Amino acid sequence: MLIFRHQDGKEVASPEQIQVWMKQTMDWIGGIAAQNKYVLGNGLPFDDAKVVMTKDAKHVVTNGPFGDIKETIGGYIIVKADSVEEAVAFAKGCPVLQGEGNSVEVRKIAKGDGTH
Amino acid sequence: MNQQELIPHLFRSEFSRITAVLCKHFGIGHMEAAEDIASETFIAALETWPHKGIPENPTAWLYTVAKNKAHNYSNRKQLFTNKIAGQLKYLSASSVEPEIDLSAQHITDSQLQMLFAICHPAIPTEAQIGLALRILCGFGLEEIANAFLTNKETIKKRLARGKEKLQAENIAIELPAPPEISKRLETVLITLYLLFNEGYYSESNDNTLRKDLCLEAMRLTYLLIENPFTNQPAVNALLALMCFHASRFEARKDETGEMILYQEQDETLWDNALIAQGAYFLKEASQRSRISKYHLEANIAYWHTIKADTKEKWEHILQLYNNLLQIAYSPIAALNRTFALSKANGKAAAIEEAEKLQLTDNHYYYTLLGELYTGIDNERAKQYLRNALTLAKTNTDKQTIAKKLSDLTE
Repeated sequence: MLIFRHQDGKEVASPEQIQVWMKQTMDWIGGIAAQNKYVLGNGLPFDDAKVVMTKDAKHVVTNGPFGDIKETIGGYIIVKADSVEEAVAFAKGCPVLQGEGNSVEVRKIAKGDGTH
Repeated sequence: MNQQELIPHLFRSEFSRITAVLCKHFGIGHMEAAEDIASETFIAALETWPHKGIPENPTAWLYTVAKNKAHNYSNRKQLFTNKIAGQLKYLSASSVEPEIDLSAQHITDSQLQMLFAICHPAIPTEAQIGLALRILCGFGLEEIANAFLTNKETIKKRLARGKEKLQAENIAIELPAPPEISKRLETVLITLYLLFNEGYYSESNDNTLRKDLCLEAMRLTYLLIENPFTNQPAVNALLALMCFHASRFEARKDETGEMILYQEQDETLWDNALIAQGAYFLKEASQRSRISKYHLEANIAYWHTIKADTKEKWEHILQLYNNLLQIAYSPIAALNRTFALSKANGKAAAIEEAEKLQLTDNHYYYTLLGELYTGIDNERAKQYLRNALTLAKTNTDKQTIAKKLSDLTE
């Protein structure tokens, strides 16, 4: 799984710039899919995002998660990679990385049978 | 229309109608008998009409003869059953044979139900296509063998095995219940899609036959659109796709039967009426819908009906392929996507992506690389085209590649 962390695009860029990023992201995903390595993915819009926490044994709901960190999860895709290196190579092509401070986290998915 | 023309003409349309109604009437176990009765009906016409002249209403004549033959068949069947059952008297008393209904509505219903019975996941896709051609389109074994580039014996066996299996599974000739219909429709659509492709991409030299396959696939798809239960968005999308492709039918072969590539086609030969119909069905498909692979392919085909080579066109096609590959990967879609990428984002970007594909057993892969390197590194381009030529199987493909190669050498 490749998890993107970045700032809310709407706060830092024009709609035209967002369009460009969208196209780059679609082309990046299309390139992975063209190698038959794409499984699924989702963008996670920042609108209406909430965080539920426990504070003093009570549930507290806040708007968020925009507190202390600027770069939050903005989406993810799941790929079929033969190795961590291959997954990292996919991640390096992610357009999100054009922004300083943005990141793509590469994680394995638990197989559900006790192994990883 | 004289007799020589009339009988084959009627055969194509009426054979499948009579067979479908009789299959529905007698049940899936009697497909063979239904075909035989329909064939015998036409033999009777061939024997009678030359002497007595063509009847005033030839179709009605055929239906009457078919009904009589069907009654004889069910009497024989009944007699046989009664003997086996030890001449139980109540059997003959209770089994009043229902009337054979050859009304237009019942013909349509029977054909639609037979389409679902034949496109049943219990039998392999090849058998589904073969049986659809035989039972629903009235094609002869010879023609089916021709379309599949194989011999009559192979087709005969394939169809017989398919029929046996459908009988053994006791497949009902009916529309699936609403909760199942979408799932079963998927299998039907795959078969119709392949039936169309069989005609569109077939290597068979028989141009009329190839066109007939496409038209029959379209007719059967339209059967699904006419029924409110099966008139679903993916069906409309598939028919749109077929219309857009079929619009280029006249433009894609020259007088000698050689393939004319898209870029070199005379677009005045494109069929605008079919393009307009395709646009209509695509609009219907897009109204209330989850996007199926047929939607994406139909949209790609739509953009190909616009000849002008604009950046906008290729950007749309690229994004459609990006989406298509996410839901239905195929090597050919991956290669087409890379071609669209070269048009939208430039050759350098496309070469980088192409080299990741590594479809090294596919001659289209090397053809694509050859094209991408043309004008950038012609020596490399030639090398790739030579690789493609070694891997190409059909004459059409070999000719196309050889032409590109000679263009580069000049």
